[in-house]
Amino acid sequence: MQAEYLIAIDEFCAKHDIEVSFISSLEETGLIEITKIEETGFIQVDQIQQLEKFIRFYYELDINLEGIETISHLLNRVHDLQEEIIELRNKLDLYE
Amino acid sequence: MAFIDYYKILGIDKTATPKDVKNAYRKLARKYHPDLNPNNQDAKANFQQINEANEVLSDPEKRKKYDQYGKDWEHADDFERQKQQSQSSGQRESGFSGGSSQSDFSDFFESMFGGARSGRQTKYRGEDYTTEIHLELIDAYKTHKQTLSVNGNNIRITIPAGVENGQIIKIAGHGGPGVNGGPGGDLYITFTVANHPTIKRLGNNLYCHVELDLYTAVLGGEITVDTLDGKVKLKVKPETQQGTKVNLKGKGFPVYKNEGQFGDLQITYTVRIPTNLTEKQKQLFEELAKSR
Repeated sequence: MQAEYLIAIDEFCAKHDIEVSFISSLEETGLIEITKIEETGFIQVDQIQQLEKFIRFYYELDINLEGIETISHLLNRVHDLQEEIIELRNKLDLYE
Repeated sequence: MAFIDYYKILGIDKTATPKDVKNAYRKLARKYHPDLNPNNQDAKANFQQINEANEVLSDPEKRKKYDQYGKDWEHADDFERQKQQSQSSGQRESGFSGGSSQSDFSDFFESMFGGARSGRQTKYRGEDYTTEIHLELIDAYKTHKQTLSVNGNNIRITIPAGVENGQIIKIAGHGGPGVNGGPGGDLYITFTVANHPTIKRLGNNLYCHVELDLYTAVLGGEITVDTLDGKVKLKVKPETQQGTKVNLKGKGFPVYKNEGQFGDLQITYTVRIPTNLTEKQKQLFEELAKSR
């Protein structure tokens, strides 16, 4: 993993004005992964979009961690089903 | 420009307390927030309305102005002017000008509140933009560049070979600008890949029908087949039956973002029976039939 693909959690939290403990809780529930380098926690850049979504759920919509966890699973399911619909539509084209 | 009943949108009455407004907004936002309704344009439109209603009703000054002038909002400035004149005071109207215009807000909101967001300096992420790109199957076969015009800005993107019909790709940071220092939104591009007249695609595999004349089907031979990658010579085995399938490994569609990897091309043979036979030819077929 190259350093330029990581963002320090402290910096991220300061920029978004959120508590570091929120990120730790997300990691505990397995919703995000934290990379530790010399005791400093980092977030991989490709997780940022997902993380910002969780921040909106928690701070703007007042959804607690259990709710975020449930929603995350359901959104993954919605995503898979949408992909499946596209695949089935393409398959249907084969027979039209 | 129609009057918008923000109370009705949030499902509350005019006596609602700030807490009631907050609760009603949160409840509806949880239902219609775009993060919770991926690729749902109706939910997005609903959320914009809810957001706008909350923007007005959660701000005491905006709510006051909205309550005071409501349906007569178009004349709000005239009323204010008259009031100021009668009071003969030199005070300026507190107003709602300034700040950036929010394209997510209705014309009604923009006219009444000047497009400004006042009060809380909450950081808002910019709006996500969506667009569509239509490609022919042959275009999706090769990696190529295309220039898109999104909200007046030209963006040159590389479309990797193997893109699927219905596939959505995200171009980070090319959506609307953030508000109050918030991050920019993303651009989501949905690809529509048109069907080819003779070649069908399923995932990375291609399927086509190739006609064989009766004599090649019976005696075998060599044919040339058109593929998306050019012409391919194929040996046809003697006594090839109608509907025989031949799999050409690696002659299918490129695998998305896996350069050099391709699916297969499956050819189904259709034997063409000769027509307009001469008497002599009919006789030969009869002899052939008798010999069996």
